[in-house]
Amino acid sequence: MKEIYLDNNATTKVDEAVFEEMRPYFCELYGNPSSMHFFGGQVQKKVDEARRRVADLLNAAPEEIIFTACGTESDNTAIRSALELFPHKRHIITTRIEHPAVLTLCRNLSRRGYRVTELNVDGEGRLNLDELEAAVDDDTAIVSIMYANNETGVLFPVEEAGAIAKAKGAIFHTDAVQAVGKVPLDVTSSTIDMLSLSGHKLHAPKGIGALYLRKGVPFRPFLAGGHQERGRRAGTEATANIIALGKACELAANLMDDTNRRVKAMRDRLERELLTLIPNSRINGGEAERLPNTLSIAFEHVEGEAILLLLSEKGICASSGSACTSGSLEPSHVLRAMGVPFTCAHGTIRFSFSRFNTEQDVETVIRELPPIINRLREISPFGRELLAHP
Amino acid sequence: MWDYTDKVKEHFLNPRNVGEISNADAVGEVGSLACGDALKLFLKLDENKERIAEAKFQTFGCGSAIASSSALTELIKGKTLDEALEITNQEIADFLGGLPEEKMHCSVMGQEALEAAITQYRGGTIATHEETGQEGNILCKCFGLTDSFLKKIIVTNKLRTAEQVTHFTKAGGACGGCIDKIKVAIAEVLEEQVMEKQKSPEKLTNLRKMQLIQSVLENEVRPQLWSDGGDLDLIDIDGSRVQIAFRKACAGCGSSGSTARFVEQKLRGLVSDDISVEEVEG
Repeated sequence: MKEIYLDNNATTKVDEAVFEEMRPYFCELYGNPSSMHFFGGQVQKKVDEARRRVADLLNAAPEEIIFTACGTESDNTAIRSALELFPHKRHIITTRIEHPAVLTLCRNLSRRGYRVTELNVDGEGRLNLDELEAAVDDDTAIVSIMYANNETGVLFPVEEAGAIAKAKGAIFHTDAVQAVGKVPLDVTSSTIDMLSLSGHKLHAPKGIGALYLRKGVPFRPFLAGGHQERGRRAGTEATANIIALGKACELAANLMDDTNRRVKAMRDRLERELLTLIPNSRINGGEAERLPNTLSIAFEHVEGEAILLLLSEKGICASSGSACTSGSLEPSHVLRAMGVPFTCAHGTIRFSFSRFNTEQDVETVIRELPPIINRLREISPFGRELLAHP
Repeated sequence: MWDYTDKVKEHFLNPRNVGEISNADAVGEVGSLACGDALKLFLKLDENKERIAEAKFQTFGCGSAIASSSALTELIKGKTLDEALEITNQEIADFLGGLPEEKMHCSVMGQEALEAAITQYRGGTIATHEETGQEGNILCKCFGLTDSFLKKIIVTNKLRTAEQVTHFTKAGGACGGCIDKIKVAIAEVLEEQVMEKQKSPEKLTNLRKMQLIQSVLENEVRPQLWSDGGDLDLIDIDGSRVQIAFRKACAGCGSSGSTARFVEQKLRGLVSDDISVEEVEG
């Protein structure tokens, strides 16, 4: 069965051009970039090129890019660095809707005596900057706020948040894993001190991430060891992955405008038609500014895992905000923080597009999903009055 | 992705006996929208009111909840009410070729709905999910589960860890505030089982007792602590006094008191009922 892949916020296909770019660096050009011989040196040049390409996507300088193993490592590195630099500061500010890469770390730290403020969001998933203004104080070591939410696609006012953080002398970090390659970023005129990104969300392979570190912002490395990455991230460079990330960033920069136009049109069409065809459905974060590729849509009185399994029978890959898919028993912390009622939170499905999706994918979902919701509502003891017969 | 058996998938994709029975003799309802799954079971008895002639269900929930409901209705058709009451949640899971442990609560929900329906039929009052299994005190606030209900599930499914109890009943799976109480409930079940089982009159020599204590700690206790990131060391044994020191996550953990109690119940159950466990620095 050919897959219709609409789960690009989970991970993306490695672009064929990216794969071709990295392929020689396994069996042929396998040298260590730190070596003194020509064989390592040529790899070093390619790593430098990749660093420049990643930097260009953010409008940063190459030396501001530190390669890591994943977005989670970048997030952990940023937060721990700030805490090590300011041992007298015991306060961290983040949000209730962060990715676990930030939230779990912060909650672990709160058990070790750190004061952690988790900012709330409104019903559309938006932050209230007044709450940040009130929370930040001289004790705040770091403020970490995601650029775009992975479940709803809602974008956050990171520039304004960064300004508030820095007015009180705190480091400002943003987890931009879902934003890089999807929205134009320019760190030159920005309040962002540190920014995390992840390769596999933008058509590079899994196992590569990067941390942008603004020149002049103090830093303490997470891994102790060799001199790699100017002593800021020890460990032999994952050369093929780094080169792949560089290529993926170059492609993202070149294709972004066109992709966004196309992807947004497909997302908007899917959203519009599903809302029309399926009664008692609603968009999570629909009133907020969102990523162009993400649709989080709730169907009342049905459960997300059951929807996903039936979609999967048709070859359609999406994800849910439901508890049952994750093994946890509470529905998504993001939807709960937004106050999405249980009836909707359990029945939320996320579709996330990439440049590889087509209008035909959208048409298939529009054809297959309404009968699936209807079928599950027929089985459900709730909301039987909602049954539609399109 | 969950590793569902083909039978689970088949019963999810083609559920048997979906729907309502308008003149049902008994209706059992468990779960709620907030919990993420709910089951409404309808039973129609034969003319003599002896056997279940027809069973239908409506389910809100994930794939395994729908499959478990379908399996339940297939299992009980043709049975007398007493025979149906004998069905355990494990039999529902077995009928489906097994369920992932995290999904066992779906089979428990099936068995609960059946009990609710039969209770309603015999008692004459409609049992709703708020009323079923409400003997005893609420232990898990998030899912409204009582200590007596949890203990019943612990006994019938031979559960030994709080994590298992969460997988089978959901208790402790939301805010996590009751996990210590679940551990105590497991310890109490073990204690009750020991009380019931007459202690064997065989007298243990000191040497044999020490060997047994060591083996129980190594094979029964420490693996469970490891799964929570904790550990313990045996420091000394003086007659029936066992001294242990907690390590890793257990050291300084707020609930080490209930963990010590759990260790004591294990040793009492498996070695000798005069054992006392004390936590020492070491």
